[in-house]
Amino acid sequence: MNAPRPLPRLQAAWAWCEDRLDLASPRLNPLRHLGSIALLMFWVLVASGIYLYAMIDTSVDDAHASIDRLSREQWYLGGLLRSMHRYAADVLVLTTVLHLLREWSFGRFRRFRAATWWTGVALLPLITVSAIGGFWLNWDQLGQYSAIATAEWLDWWPLFASPFTRNFLGAASISDRLFSLFVFVHIGVPLLMVFGLWFHLRRLAHAAVWPPRPMLWTMLSLLLGLAAVAPVLSHAPADLTRVPEVLAYDWILLFVHPLVTVTSSTAVWLATLGLLALLLLLPFWRGAAVAAPAVAEVDPAHCSGCRRCVADCPYDAIRMVEHPTRRGFALAEVDADACASCGICVGSCPSSTPFRSMQHLRTGIDMPQQPIDALRRALRERLGQASAKSALVVFGCDHAAPVRALEAGDVAAFSLICSGMLPPSFIEYALRDGAAGVLVATCRDGGCAFRLGQRWTAQRLAREREPALRATVPTEKFACVAAGPGDILAVSEALARLRAQTTGETRSQVAVESPAR
Amino acid sequence: MSSQAARWIGQIVLYAAFAAAIAVLSQWPEYRPVAADQALLKVSFLHHGQRLQACVEQTPQELAKLPPNMRAPTRCPRERSPVTVEVELDGSLVYRQTAAPSGLSRDGTASVYRSIPVTAGAHRVHVRIRDSARSEGFDFEHEGVVQFDPLQVRVVDFSAEQGGITIR
Ligand code: HEM
Ligand code: SF4
Ligand code: SF4
Repeated sequence: MNAPRPLPRLQAAWAWCEDRLDLASPRLNPLRHLGSIALLMFWVLVASGIYLYAMIDTSVDDAHASIDRLSREQWYLGGLLRSMHRYAADVLVLTTVLHLLREWSFGRFRRFRAATWWTGVALLPLITVSAIGGFWLNWDQLGQYSAIATAEWLDWWPLFASPFTRNFLGAASISDRLFSLFVFVHIGVPLLMVFGLWFHLRRLAHAAVWPPRPMLWTMLSLLLGLAAVAPVLSHAPADLTRVPEVLAYDWILLFVHPLVTVTSSTAVWLATLGLLALLLLLPFWRGAAVAAPAVAEVDPAHCSGCRRCVADCPYDAIRMVEHPTRRGFALAEVDADACASCGICVGSCPSSTPFRSMQHLRTGIDMPQQPIDALRRALRERLGQASAKSALVVFGCDHAAPVRALEAGDVAAFSLICSGMLPPSFIEYALRDGAAGVLVATCRDGGCAFRLGQRWTAQRLAREREPALRATVPTEKFACVAAGPGDILAVSEALARLRAQTTGETRSQVAVESPAR
Repeated sequence: MSSQAARWIGQIVLYAAFAAAIAVLSQWPEYRPVAADQALLKVSFLHHGQRLQACVEQTPQELAKLPPNMRAPTRCPRERSPVTVEVELDGSLVYRQTAAPSGLSRDGTASVYRSIPVTAGAHRVHVRIRDSARSEGFDFEHEGVVQFDPLQVRVVDFSAEQGGITIR
């Protein structure tokens, strides 16, 4: 089995921060749920936006007054929703940028993820346009400033015979037609975003479209709290004959205008286009990435067509086709371009059980770089050694805590591509073969490199998901621990607890072993 | 204090800090697009420059060579002159721009837009526009004293048909 690769520095730094923020629970760690928080903010924007659109007047002359009235006379509903609309946009932009940085630092933009990455990049300009355009609808001094600054920036392109800026000269107000265009943009672009989001999530099975409950309520309360404590209010109505003197400025959503002022339109256009090009080209960059690992391989002789792998595959890479030789049977087929080489399907396949009597263990779907037969052989060999009397077996994951560091005379450690690759029957098998106990080390909740490995493993061991660990396996003989890549200490503590459990000692009698480095 | 309680407090502090950061960055620090004693002079117009070449009378021989539906007595090349504008403030040149005609065959309007910061007060403003490459010198001029209130936006507009250069 291949040695785990050292984490690239960027990834290690991000993982370190992420692990530090698992304070009360990983389910409340925003860094682990950035995509779903961003999506939640999008739905908050849609819901509050529909209410606002129904309540306010969308003409140049009355927009400002109607929004201002809403904030003052209906502060308990319309006012709160208006403020939440703005704050949700702020949070959406921040979490989207962090979501991008996270996927970037984990190198999650290549191969089977390229389509997800590109659609993510395409969402960036859409978010920016709808966020900035939202300020114009209010047509107060801030909206006026932003609209003119945007027009000046767009006019850098010598594309239009009549520059945009001409719409904002002298006359007391702009035309209703232009204002209708603002409304159209602010409603039309988010509609495009719905399509973009659908494409973004299309390749991901069981995508986390909602944050965990505690996180969801925390984020909604946070928005409501912000709206109540710091309600968003309008500036004075727009007046094209004057420059606004002081603006309470939203630096998160409108940072681009001052940036153009202190640099130049050219500089900001070059930076924007350069950044977008860089992001779009990133999937082609090989960097330190090793050659693409082998994808899952189906063995028609051992696939019964049960579809469990289809249900568990995190990237929708498996579909069922007609079995070539067995009439009426289905056969799994892997789409090599979509396959993440995670091995989770090997853990799903009922044929992966090590109790099968064949000399060379074969299963329905297997990973050529780490076949299930090699795992069974290594396990047998290790437990056969004299030093392994009453050994503990640890199954870990190449992307989580480096469990191989725990290897010792009475500890046999195996690292899989993903903990989700472990067929639960291997736990029972190890115990029958003489192991005193089995520890399964996964990554933390929300930390799986393949999104779902930790979840499926926890459910299989809790007997909530097929293939489930058999009920006859005594609970004191196995344990599951969730630990990040830098968190080998948590695994060795869990190992000490398991040792105590299997020998009948109480926990307090056990000194925690220091991790082997 | 148990470590679990400390973690919960840490979690709450973290969210409070996040909320505070959003509350602050969404309205502070305040931004002043221009200094309080400044005003803006915006120069903006669309204008068709004169034809780059004069129309020429077609000789009867030339006309005879053309298909009957194209026999116009004069032939006018479509390309327009670029338009040059100069703005002087109290005698010193603050803006000079030569705008090319738009369109692939360079027969469209030339457009000019510039926002010039001006210290509030009275200033002598002199605007000159040249719209023909076939003659020397400026074709339109406007000069006068203009009062700028602080933060006021004044606009230099130009329409050859409606009174030439105006400042409003
Ligand atoms: C409105 C903006 C966005 C929203 C709402 C959003 C939402 C999501 C969600 C809900 C997931 C699924 C997470 C999971 O199931 O674990 C996801 C995955 C992903 N997103 Fe985004 N996203 C957005 C923008 C972006 C951007 C800008 C990028 C990068 C350019 C990006 C890159 C990715 C990648 C690479 C994944 C796949 C992660 C994996 O396969 O493990 N997303 N996104
Ligand atoms: S290796 Fe992972 S991504 Fe590929 S088919 Fe199996 S479960 Fe799906
Ligand atoms: S889980 Fe195994 S047996 Fe079932 S369909 Fe997939 S490959 Fe075939």
